[in-house]
Parts: sequence; structure tokens; C-alpha cells
Amino acid sequence: MISNNRLTELEYQANFADIHPPFETRDAAAVEANRCLFCYDAPCIKSCPTSINIPKFIKQITTDNIKGSAHTIFVSNIMGAGCSKVCPVEKLCEGSCVYNLMHEEPINIAKLQRYSTEAAMANNWQLFSRKESNGKKVAIIGAGPAGLSCAHVLSREGTDVTIYEKEALGGGLMTYGIAAYKVTPEFCKAEVDYITSIGGIDIKYNQALGKDVSLKQLTEQYDAVYIAIGVGEARQLDIPGEDLAGVEDAISYIYHLRTSDYKEMPVGDRVAVIGLGMTAIDAATQAKRLGAKDVTIVYRRTYDEKPCTDVELDIAKLDGCQVEWLAAPKEIIGENGKVKQLVCSRMKLGEPDASGRKSPVDTGETFTLDVDMVIKAAGQMPFSELVNTEGLKNNYGKISVENKTVTNINKVFAGGDCVNGGKEVVDAVQAGKDGAAEILKFLGV
Amino acid sequence: MADLFTDFLGIKSPNPFWLASAPPTDKKINVLRAFEAGWGGVVWKTLGSQVKNVSSRYSAVDYHGSRVMGFNNIELISDRPLDINLKEIEECVKLFPDRAMVVSLMADNNRKAWHELIKKVEDRGAHGFELNFGCPHGMTERGLGAAVGQDPEITGMIVEWVMEAATIPVITKLTPNVHSVVPAGRAAVKAGTNALSLINTIQSVTGIDLDTLVPNPYVDGKSVFGGYCGPAVKPIALKMLTTIAQDPVTSRVPISGIGGVTTWKDAAEFMLLGSTSVQVCTAAMKHGFRIIEDLCEGLSNWMDEKGYRKTTDFIGKSVEKITHWEDLDINYHHVANINQDKCIHCGLCYIACEDTSHQSINLQYGKPYNTYTIKEEECVGCNLCKLICPVDNCITMVEQRVAPEYINWKEWQKQGLPLNDH
Repeated sequence: MISNNRLTELEYQANFADIHPPFETRDAAAVEANRCLFCYDAPCIKSCPTSINIPKFIKQITTDNIKGSAHTIFVSNIMGAGCSKVCPVEKLCEGSCVYNLMHEEPINIAKLQRYSTEAAMANNWQLFSRKESNGKKVAIIGAGPAGLSCAHVLSREGTDVTIYEKEALGGGLMTYGIAAYKVTPEFCKAEVDYITSIGGIDIKYNQALGKDVSLKQLTEQYDAVYIAIGVGEARQLDIPGEDLAGVEDAISYIYHLRTSDYKEMPVGDRVAVIGLGMTAIDAATQAKRLGAKDVTIVYRRTYDEKPCTDVELDIAKLDGCQVEWLAAPKEIIGENGKVKQLVCSRMKLGEPDASGRKSPVDTGETFTLDVDMVIKAAGQMPFSELVNTEGLKNNYGKISVENKTVTNINKVFAGGDCVNGGKEVVDAVQAGKDGAAEILKFLGV
Repeated sequence: MADLFTDFLGIKSPNPFWLASAPPTDKKINVLRAFEAGWGGVVWKTLGSQVKNVSSRYSAVDYHGSRVMGFNNIELISDRPLDINLKEIEECVKLFPDRAMVVSLMADNNRKAWHELIKKVEDRGAHGFELNFGCPHGMTERGLGAAVGQDPEITGMIVEWVMEAATIPVITKLTPNVHSVVPAGRAAVKAGTNALSLINTIQSVTGIDLDTLVPNPYVDGKSVFGGYCGPAVKPIALKMLTTIAQDPVTSRVPISGIGGVTTWKDAAEFMLLGSTSVQVCTAAMKHGFRIIEDLCEGLSNWMDEKGYRKTTDFIGKSVEKITHWEDLDINYHHVANINQDKCIHCGLCYIACEDTSHQSINLQYGKPYNTYTIKEEECVGCNLCKLICPVDNCITMVEQRVAPEYINWKEWQKQGLPLNDH
């Protein structure tokens, strides 16, 4: 049965509390910061898509130069605060920390980054100032990580930025697409406010491309346009029963979770989640934490090919989620229009596919899970139709670019998930920086 | 098992570890706790004319997240009445007759005052005196402490006065606030002191509060120079100790080594450079008396491993190994080697060598891990990379003699051998 209001207020609070609590004291941060070896040409820097000077910002914590530490982070990654909460650091900076090679715990880089950036936000330190206006105006579509990152660099350089955002809040995926125990809505709003506090960035909310504004219009009004619309549409399973009540897509499920009271969120007794990416983990854990009795993650391949990290999988397992390996959804069986069972094909591993991972091959055997809710998290699709309508050259919906960011339309640049098809927040932040650099070059400022 | 028993001029203690004259030894309750914990002896905090202390009294230097790398105090000699001190000394000696009880003294600068003080203290059971000619703060302004120790003539004069009256062994404690400790040491030995101890604390300013702009320690908006001690001063103490142990006059008497002794290894080093006993203060003030356990166990285990049955088997063994620069072998050469299996690719050796040394490390770029190798032909064997490397035995120095024969600088010059390697 799908129902809401399964838990007490206290249970909801506990289940959705911060999963990575911050350092409580300066001393605690200093102990960890002092462990850092201050590597030269550090592997952690090279493993960060935004190349934050990690040893430097950690050293600055040890010298009580927290303002400098925050600046070191933000100058490379203006969403450094959010990234400290959502980055899969185990496969990025922390994953390459040299302590791993000593079989020691890596430096807790994310937690230290959070320490400095949260201090900056809490004290509203203004660490950047705008250059004198260069008279140029740029429109950005989408106030997610790529858009905000691009906007911040442009504003620093004296360009006036207007962001058109289709939602009522900024932050993009950070605000609408990530498990609530990683970032709260309040934090996301505070982060957007902090980034835009530099000035020169005007966000117009509830303005969707293709509906409220068009690319043509924007290219006429502005000196350049940066498209950072992300991805959004959940990949369909294309199996019978997909339209039954109780079949949700993870993107919109998490979106609703992030925009409603927890107690209003309906969840099934027995939930199947399709896929094993980060979004699948988020959907599975959130369903469990909303009060689902059983959550089973259904994944086509094996542990070795899984797209999520070990750390993420551990979170799901510790929440009590099960994983059904080598299983692909075949059919959703309903009763009275509602989900009753999920029939899965048993797979085996075959030859490597285009991604280099061994491909799942149907063995012909099937098995059935009794479920009342199915959450689809088998990947996200770019906004193909929108991109085509606006005349943007693309590859199955992913906007085609040169020099990382230049589209086929004059004055129009693009970056982030809408170009790469969906990567981490930190990749989008870097894309925003690359976009801004190219736009500034284009504007000749 | 090794025997740690120590006989210092007849002052006997079950181990060579004495608590130095300082706050931990200024009253019965502390000293009894120390003896119960296992300390071999104490030097009772300096007795002399009545003084008055201020608040606060200590400050410290922290380093890389570790507290009290160096420690600083502006406390004076004992501020308790002499009678109480003497009564408690007597009680402690009775309760622990097998421990060394040395009493530190600092009388006013006249013969009568010293004779009177010695007379008052002598028959209370103490085994020896230590003359405090080193206190660098507070007492110096009165012409005492370091003011005495900095002037060999006055040092000798007072030691003479003391030796006229004392019937138990006398140790003269030297101040490090001089360009060399040897002149005062010689003066003391010539005047008849039975032994020397060193070092006392070093005058210092440990730091400044960057909000109030007042240096530490804070006394109502002001500060004064304090006496510096703790792990930070150990290398300076060892150097001064060596000069005393090598001097033909001062080396005639036993030495009690002091200055940053924190572990049994530090103690072994002081003893290898000539100390018969070692005195500890800062480490005990940081951790309590319980550190005596590992001091004894560690030293004993090391002695067992090395085959030393008693401390006199190794005391002074390193003294002759410190020589003059011009006697070093110029043909000795070693170069660094990086064990690639142990290397964690932190790059610390590279940047240190590249920026500040001899550009002898090669960087081969990798993502995320660079590979670092030694350019042997450039390496001068300075040790910097090895010292900086965070992995034990990852960088080792491999001997590559320039030539088999020994040749020192004097001989090199005499033979007119080439000077410039570059």
C-alpha cells in the first residue's frame, strides 16, 4: 500500500538529518587539518574537476586563516560549500589522497571544506569584489551549478548577468535532485544567496526556456547567452505496466520530496528501485527513510560494474536496502491499475559494451518481486525536443560544443549536464568557469 | 635485564631520572606522588630568600597541532616559607630513603647568606645541593640566578663560599644565556664544585596575543622575558652538554643533563653525551609523573638490545663522535635513493629540493600521481629530502665515496685540491 505520514515528526527529523555532520569545534578541524601532508602538485587537486588548491586551503585552516581558506576554495569552486556535501569525494579528491597509499584514512577533505565554506556563509564574508562594469550583458539559462558558476565569474569581471530559471528556487539539481540528508533546502537557498551576494546577478524565477523565453529573444537582448539547463527527463524503461499507479521516476520523486513536507510524501510498503547510480541510491534511501518496509534495488550488472561508489552503496545497505544483482525489469504487473509485482529477467555478464563495462545479457530466466511501488532511476535524458526546437546542434539531445562550450549558434554558449549528459555538481561548476572564460574572450573584455 | 641504578657522586637513585628543580618539586604532595610513580630522584625547587610570585606564570609554543613544543615560565624560586620546605624535605627522605633528594639553593650574594642557608638545609636529610645560577627571570634583576651564572668570576666566588660550608655533594647548575657555558663551568670546577648540571632555561618571548598585542604570558597587560624549556630546547642543551663533556676541565666532574628530555630516547642521548643523570620537568608538567614508566622501560629495553648492563656502560660514548668541521672526511659522499614501492607521491621531497636545495629530484608528471626519482649526479647528499619524506625508510642515503681514502679540509687545502665542484 502506498501511503504517507508513516512516521512521527521526530523520526522524520532523525531520518533526514545531515548524514555527514560538520566539525563541531576549531580543535576538531585542526586535528584533521594538521594530518594533511601539504603535498606538492597534489593528487587531490588533480582529482578535483575544479582543481581546488586543497592542500593550501587545509593549511590555512591550521593557521586560523579561515577567510583565506574559504577564498582558496571559492576562487576555484563557487559552490564549494554545496560540493563539500554532495561530491562523491571517495572517487575524487579523497580517493586520491596519498594516505590511501599508506593504507591510512585519507584526509577528510570534504568535511574540512565544509568547515571553511560554512564559516564564510555564516559570517557572510564578501571574499570577491566586482571589477568596474564593462557594459556587457549576458543571459544565463538555468540557475543550477553551471549557471551560477558561470554567472559568478562573469560578474567578478564586471559583466551584468541575468539568469532565467524555470523553478521557483535556484541551485538546480542541488536544490531539487539530491537526497535531503545531504543538503537541506535551506542550505541550498542560502548558498544561492551567498553566491549572488557579489551583485550584478539578477535571477528571474519561473522563466522556462521554450515557454517563457526563447533563445532568439535572448540573443537579441544580450551580448551572449549561456545555456545551463541540465538534464531532467528520466529514462523510460519501455516495459509493460510502466503507466501503472505506483510507478514513479526518481527525478520527480526526489523533486517532490525536496519541495514537500516529509510527512506528505507517499511511499509504498515494498519498493523496487531500478538502477544503481547516485540518483538510484538517493531514491532508495529516501524511500526507506520515509518508512518503506522493504526497498530492493534492481541492477542489471554486478558489484564491479556499479556506477555508484562503495560509500553510497554502504549508505543504502546500512539503511536496510537490498540489492538484486544481475536483474533487469521485464514487466510491471498491476491490479486495479496499481503496481502489484515487478517481473525481472535474470542477467549474466557478456562482452564489454561501449562504456567498457561488461554488458548484461538476458539468461531467459525470470523472477518476480512483490512490490507496490517502482521508482525508475535508470538514468536521465537530455531535453532533446527543447534543444532541437531552439535550433541547437546536438547529439541525441546533448548540446554539441566546441572548445568545451561554444555552440553552433552565434553568441550562444552551453555547459554542464546539458552538454555532458549528466555528471557531478562539481563538473558543472567547472563547465560554468570554462563557459565564462570563453564568453569573456568572445566579448573581448 | 639492564640495571638503571645510578650513583651520582654517592647520590644514589634506582634510575637516572630526576625531576628538575621546578614547580613539580616544590612540595611534599608532588614529590611523594613522583616517588610513588617511580621517579629516581628530585631536585627540590630552589630555596632562598622569600619571594612573591605573579599570575599568570607560563606560556607555550605549539607546533603543527601539537601542544607545548616549547614551554616558558616566569615563576620565581620557591615562594613557600623555608621552614615548611625543610620539614617536607625531611619527611619525603624518610618515606623514600632510596631516592635521590637534591635541594636547589639560591642565597643572596654574600658569603654569610650562603653559609646560613647551607647550614639550615644540610642536616635535613638531603643528599646534595644544586646551585641555581641559571634562573633567567625575576631573580636576575636582583643580581641572582643567571646574573651569577653569566659571570664566571662571580660563579667561582660563590662556589668557593658554598664549598667552605657544604658537607654534601654540590652540583652547580649552568645558565645557557651565555655565548658558551664552558667559562662558567670551568670557574665552578676550579672553585671546587663536585658536579655540573645544565641547562637552565633560555630567555624567551614565546609569542604575542594578536588581539591584545600583549606577549605571553599575560600579567595585566604586560609580560616579561621568561625561561624557555621543553622539547624545543633539547638540541641546544645537547650542544652545550657536549662542550662541557669535551672540555678538559669541566669533563672532570659528573654531569646531570637537563633540557627538553621527554622520552627515553632523549635521555639516552643526554647520557651518551656525558650525563650521569638526567633531569625532567616540562614533559612531566605536560603529562604527569606517569611518564616515568616508559622512560625506565624504554631505556632498559634499549640497553638490553644493545648489551649494556648498566648505565655507565654507555654514558659518554658519543662525546668523541662530535668533532671539528675541518676534521670531517671530504671524500665521504652519499646520495638519496627513493624506494618507489614505498613512495606515496606526495612530492614533498621534490619541492624542497627544487626550491631550496640542489634540483636533484626528477619529476615525471602523472595523473594523479607523479613519479619522483633522484638525479644522482646532482645530489650533494644533504639529507633534506629524507628528513622531509613522511614515509619511514622510503628515502635512504646510499654511500658513494668519492675516493677510498680519508681526507679532511686541512689536508685538502694543503694539497691544493680543487675547490669548486660546479
